[in-house]
Parts: sequence; structure tokens; C-alpha cells
Amino acid sequence: MASVCFYFQVHQPHRLRHYTVFDDHDRYFDDHKNAVICRKVADKCYLPMNRLLLDLIRRHEGRFKVAFSLTGVVLEQFERFCPEVLSTFHALAETGCVEFIGETYYHSLSFLYSRREFLSQVRKHSELMESLFGQRPRVFRNTELIYNNELASLIESTGDFDGIITEGADHILRGRTPNFVYRPVGCERIKLLLKNYALSDDIAFRFSNRGWPEWPLMADKFAGWVHEVNGGGQVVNLFMDYETFGEHQWQDTGIFDFMRQLPTEILRHPDDNFKTPSEVIAAYEPVDRMDVPHLISWADTERDLSAWLGNSMQSNALHEVYRLESQVKKTESDMLLRDWRWLLASDHFYYMCTKYFADGDVHKYFNPYDSPYESYINFMNVLDHLRRRCVRHLKGGSAKGASSGNAAPALQKIC
Amino acid sequence: MRVFMLGWEFPPFISGGLGTACYGLTRALDREGVQVTFVLPKMVESDPSTHVKMLSPSSPRRRTWHEYADLKHVKFRTIHSALDPYGTPETYRERIEKCLRQKRLVHGEKAPETTTLEANYAGDMYSEVHRYAAMAVELAEGEDFDVVHAHDWMTYPAGIAVAASRGRPLVVHVHSTEFDRSGEHVNQRIYEIEREGMERADKVIAVSYFTRNIIIGRYGISGDKVEVVYNGLDRNGNWPLSQTGIRTDGRIVLFLGRITMQKGPEYFLGAAKKVLEVMDNVKFVMAGSGDMMQRTIEMAAAMGIGSKVLFTGFLRGDDVQRIYKMADLYVMPSVSEPFGIAPLEALGHDVPVIISKQSGVSEVLMHALKVDFWDVDEIANKIIAVLKYPPLQMTLRSHGNFEVRKLRWQDAARKCVQVYREALSTVAV
Repeated sequence: MASVCFYFQVHQPHRLRHYTVFDDHDRYFDDHKNAVICRKVADKCYLPMNRLLLDLIRRHEGRFKVAFSLTGVVLEQFERFCPEVLSTFHALAETGCVEFIGETYYHSLSFLYSRREFLSQVRKHSELMESLFGQRPRVFRNTELIYNNELASLIESTGDFDGIITEGADHILRGRTPNFVYRPVGCERIKLLLKNYALSDDIAFRFSNRGWPEWPLMADKFAGWVHEVNGGGQVVNLFMDYETFGEHQWQDTGIFDFMRQLPTEILRHPDDNFKTPSEVIAAYEPVDRMDVPHLISWADTERDLSAWLGNSMQSNALHEVYRLESQVKKTESDMLLRDWRWLLASDHFYYMCTKYFADGDVHKYFNPYDSPYESYINFMNVLDHLRRRCVRHLKGGSAKGASSGNAAPALQKIC
Repeated sequence: MRVFMLGWEFPPFISGGLGTACYGLTRALDREGVQVTFVLPKMVESDPSTHVKMLSPSSPRRRTWHEYADLKHVKFRTIHSALDPYGTPETYRERIEKCLRQKRLVHGEKAPETTTLEANYAGDMYSEVHRYAAMAVELAEGEDFDVVHAHDWMTYPAGIAVAASRGRPLVVHVHSTEFDRSGEHVNQRIYEIEREGMERADKVIAVSYFTRNIIIGRYGISGDKVEVVYNGLDRNGNWPLSQTGIRTDGRIVLFLGRITMQKGPEYFLGAAKKVLEVMDNVKFVMAGSGDMMQRTIEMAAAMGIGSKVLFTGFLRGDDVQRIYKMADLYVMPSVSEPFGIAPLEALGHDVPVIISKQSGVSEVLMHALKVDFWDVDEIANKIIAVLKYPPLQMTLRSHGNFEVRKLRWQDAARKCVQVYREALSTVAV
């Protein structure tokens, strides 16, 4: 028996506008740019793919299943900029074949810097999922699949989750296969699902690569590879950015046709099926302990934190933004807290990455800035202003915090 | 491969990027085994070096040359001429007149050299350029070479003449154009000379795509024959790390270059004023001289930042090293910069740089802050960020220093050899 477990990551950050040291206002975020990007990706990916998934779920009468992890900040943007996307997610939730996974509401690296903030974001996200989709997440994924033993213990200690998802990095597997369920070292109850990066990346990265010997990748061929897992594994975890469909791999690559055909081809083998992460956890017992003393992630070939913490600008910016936590919280201002939390999104630090910058690669594609330096300067200017606002607020004289240019999304009121 | 190169300036008398580029390229060609006959103008009276003094100025066609120990395949030939790489018709006239005055002071009205001088140097720059061409043809008679390579407009007529008289292909190397130097107030005669040089050349080398676009767009040259060869940076071992003792407790932002319209000194001042509105302990150093120097000094005073802007005049040798040692940041707000070697040198000295997007060097540097030269607010924003956030300075410095090490004259020389080959094959067909 081989189960295919799809999980799609859906996220868009609140991008900053150009903000110089001479600016003195609290409209930090570029509503226009964020709206344009959100609508563009909605048209190319979220809407057509959601419709396709709905269609597949209906056609296969409950045998095709997927899972999503939607960040709080992307849902805020859907609500403001393209509410029709939100309604297609509602429709998906109602099929009963879609699981929603827990994560940090703000797509933050808070696990590394503030446990208090981390747990509060995880809780806020779970509440949002419950209020929007009627299900409380039982499986957790940390931002960028950042993971170690400590995270597993912390998540287990909350009692809210049955499993965690992370990267099936070679150096933690040490020759073992990602196609089983594992148990984290130090945990008694919680289970670990590992991304099968080879098969995931065949879809997410290599699909349209004409230099790849397997190109063009057809659904029957891929289903064959999945079927080969039988005997040597129980589950194939295909985890990827949702934007793979239509945005990273354009429609004309045939990615939608591939997905339309895939369930039929997988289910052609009577031994194979689809399961959501919770179903995988319920169905299979851990075969071994997984020891991950050092932090891993799903990024780049290094599978480490260097995409967010690789240079001194990144560590400085992260350090400075988290240093502001107690001050921001002391103000008890919703606007200050929201602005600060929007700055925690890992994307802001990813933009500052100098790794591979000179070669101009995938990092550049996702970067709204011309260079990592521009993004650092912009971020630090905003942070500096936020700090001054906090000081002003705590001194008691600020009416400015209330006059934000970004309307408070209703999603926040839901929670 | 044998090259007849019409170039400019050699150490220790280098006054700008053109001389640096000719030197760097020639050294690298030498290492590639290319035989270079390097021809350059020298004004006898202003030159203090010993080998020139041995000459008799009364012999107008006398050639002079000497060899640099590390250059195995390079021969030098100088032609007596008052041409200098950054001359304009006006400065040329001044230079000649000053020279004549000095002669008269020393020797009286009837000094014999005076007449020789007048005979040697044409009265205006355009005639001088053509006189230089005639001298070059004569000089080339005794030389064997495969290709003629001419650097910037004053040597184009010489390049054309030598190539034609000897039936060799011509390569012209464009380090700057009249549009860079003069904006839209183009000197038509210079433009004509530049265009003729590019048209008559079998191959044109541009120092950047920025310049290549000007060559194609403004001079109407076919893109097929315009190749881009980026300049490099020579690192002669480690630069001396001696303490200067000049350092104040404040920060230093450096402008280093000729103070001319092309280099955008007024934008530097504009940004300085903005920075000083929010930061106090910063000094702005303008190292260089040029026709806008006086105006720039007055402008700084009028803006009320006179005490914060220091002018050092033209620096050379150790003084340049010293000023880089002192600087926290180098800013190049050029209005139109075909390449821009100075930012590479700054990075080589571990000084982070802000460079204008209107420059060739911004095509090759990734680890630099880039601005539109006119965007004074943004220049100030970036200057403040570098001074305020040490991690930014640190990251720019370490990556930048690593990046410039990859820009080597050797690669430029190899590309030039490739261009020579193509020039030869076009002539053969």
C-alpha cells in the first residue's frame, strides 16, 4: 500500500513600500503592489487550481484528497484583494476531502527568536482555520519547514497536534526513506511526516525543464514511480508551494493537465490511494526514531537556515525586529502589534539573502527588490520608524497609530 | 599578435581612468604574449622624468622610448604633443599659452625653444590631433604590427591614418563619448571625429553596454561590430595599511574623481545636505579637481555645509591610498559614466560604494548600492543607511571585495585578442 499525501503551501507576504529614512508615516505596506500580485497569482494559480481540485474531488467521489497550509497573512489579502479565492477555499473545505494544516499565522521565524510569540501565532492561526473552515488543525508545519527535536517537543507539549511535517533531508534520513512515518526523538505521541523531495521537486521544479531526461513528465509515468514505493514505504509526501501550479510552472507547460490526470493514474493501481496528513498519521505507525538536533528547512540545496540567516544583515534585522517585541506588546496597540507582526514574515529576510545573488537565480525571481541591500535598508528604515512610534505611544502622546493607511482586515476581527 | 596601440599615460603619471585602463590592458596583453608598440603623447616641457630630459627638443621628429622592467613585449614610443586625455579645446589653448609664457620668462622673448615649440605644437586642438596623426604615420613606418588599436577620440585620426597607410585593420576603444562628457551640449567637431573613428574602424570596443548603446544609438554604428570589453582591476599585492593619523571620530563619505559636470558633483552636495539634516558627525570629502571645482566649493558654502565638505584637490599615489583608508563610503553620482574604475578601486580598498545607475560599472557590480544620479533623496537615504547600520557596510564590503577580485585585466586582454582576430578576419575577407 502506498499513499500519496499532497500538501500545498499558500502564502503571500505583505510587501513593504519604498520607505526612506526621511519618510515619517505609518503606511509601511504597499497595498497596490500586494493587490496586483495577489490578483495576478489568483488568476494564474489559486482560482484555476482550486476549481480543478474541486472538480477532481467530485469526480473521484472522495478518493482524491489534499491538504493546505494557508498563512493568516495570505488569507487577509484574499479577503481584501480577491475574496472569490476565499470562497473557493470554503468550497474545498466543505468537500471533507481537504485538510488544513497549522502553522504560524504570520509565516514567521518566531520559533527561533521568541517562544511566546511563536505559540501565540500558532494559536491565532488555529483559531482562524477553525473559524474559516470549521476544522482545527491537527498537523503542524513550521515556516519554511524549519524543524529540530526541540520544535517537535514544543509542539507535542501544546497537546494540540498529532503530527509535524518537515523536509526529508538526506542528512537526517541517513540512508533511510522518507516514505514512512517516524517519531521525533524526545516525543512520545507525535508523529513525523517527511517530504519526499525527489518526487516533490519533479513536479515543483523539474516539470518544465526540457533538459531533464524525464521531460515531458506524464501522469502515468509519475504514478508508476509512486507505485514503485510499494514494499519499501507506505506514504509518498508531496509537499510544495501551491504557486507551483500556474505561477512557477505556467499553464502552457501542461501542469494542470498533469494534475487533472494524476488521480486517475494513481488510483489505477489498487494498492495506491490518497490520504491527508491526519489520515496518514492515523493509518501508519512510526518505523523508527528521527533525531534532528540541528535546524533544517526545505530551502535551497543546503536545507538549512542560510537563506534567512546567511549574512550579517539578515541576522541583524531579525535580531532587531524581535528585540522590539516587549515594547510593541507593552503599547497594547493593535495597529503597532499588527505592523510589527507583518514585519516578522520570513520573506523580508529572504529578500536580504546574498547567497547566489550574483548568479541571479530563484531567489531573484521572488524578490521585489533590486538587491538584498535595498531590502535591508528599506526594512531597517521601517523598523526604525516603528520603534519611534512605540516610544511615542508609550510616552502617551500618539494619536498617529490609529490613522493607518492599511485598513484592518475583518479576518482579524473574526479571531 | 602585434599591436600598434595609440594610448595615453603610463605610471607614475596617471590622471584618470583612461590612463589606468591603458596601463592595465597593456600589462595584461603583455602577459598574453601580445607584442605591443605603445604610442603616447608627451609634452616635453611639463614632464619631469629623466628619460625625456635626454631628448633634444629641437629635433621635432625625435622619438623617445624606454622600457618597463615587467613588460616583456611592450615597446614605448612617445610623440611630442600637448594632447592630454581630459583636454578640451579651451584647456588645450591655455596649456600652450602657459607653456609659451614660461619659456619667455626663462629665456626672454627670443629664446630659440619658443619658436620650436610653436612649430611643434599646433595652435588649436583639432589641428594638433591631425598633426599627431601625421606624426604617428611617420612613426609607424619603422614598426611591424598586425592591428591598430586607438583609445578615445584624440587618437582616432591617428588610428585611421596609420591603419590606412599600412593596410591594417583598425580597432577603436571607446572609453567615453562626447555625450558623457558634455551631456546634450555636444561639441560637433569632436562628435564628428568620434563618429568617423567608429565608422572607419573594423571593430569598436565599448567599455560597457551602457556605452555600446550610445555608440549604436547616437553614432549610428552597426551593433555587429561593437563589442563590450569591461575594464578590470589590478591588485599589486596588498595595499599599504599604514595608519594615516588624519582620521577624526566622525565618518567620511568620499567623492573621488574629476569635478566636472559628468561626475555629478552637485548631486553629491545635494545628498550631503540631506544627510547632514539628520546626522551630524559626517564629513564629505571631494578629492579631485576639474572645471567645476570652484563652482562646487561656492555651492557648498551657499548651501551652508561649507564646513562639512572638504576639498583635497587632485590626489595621486599614496594620497589616494590614504584617502581610501579614511573613507567609510565612496559615492559616484556620475551623470553619464561609460565605465568607472574608481568604484572598483574603492571596493579593492574595502570601501563600500554607492554608484550611479547611469554607469557601465553598475553592469558588473552586484554588491554595490545603485542610485539614479538625480535622485538626491535616495542617495542620502543610502548614505545614511551605510553609516547607520554596520552590518550593511560589512556585507557590502566583504562581498564587494570578493566580487572585484573576479574583474581581471587578463580577461579583458583575452577579449581584446579575440576582437583583434575578428578584425583581421574581416579585413582578410
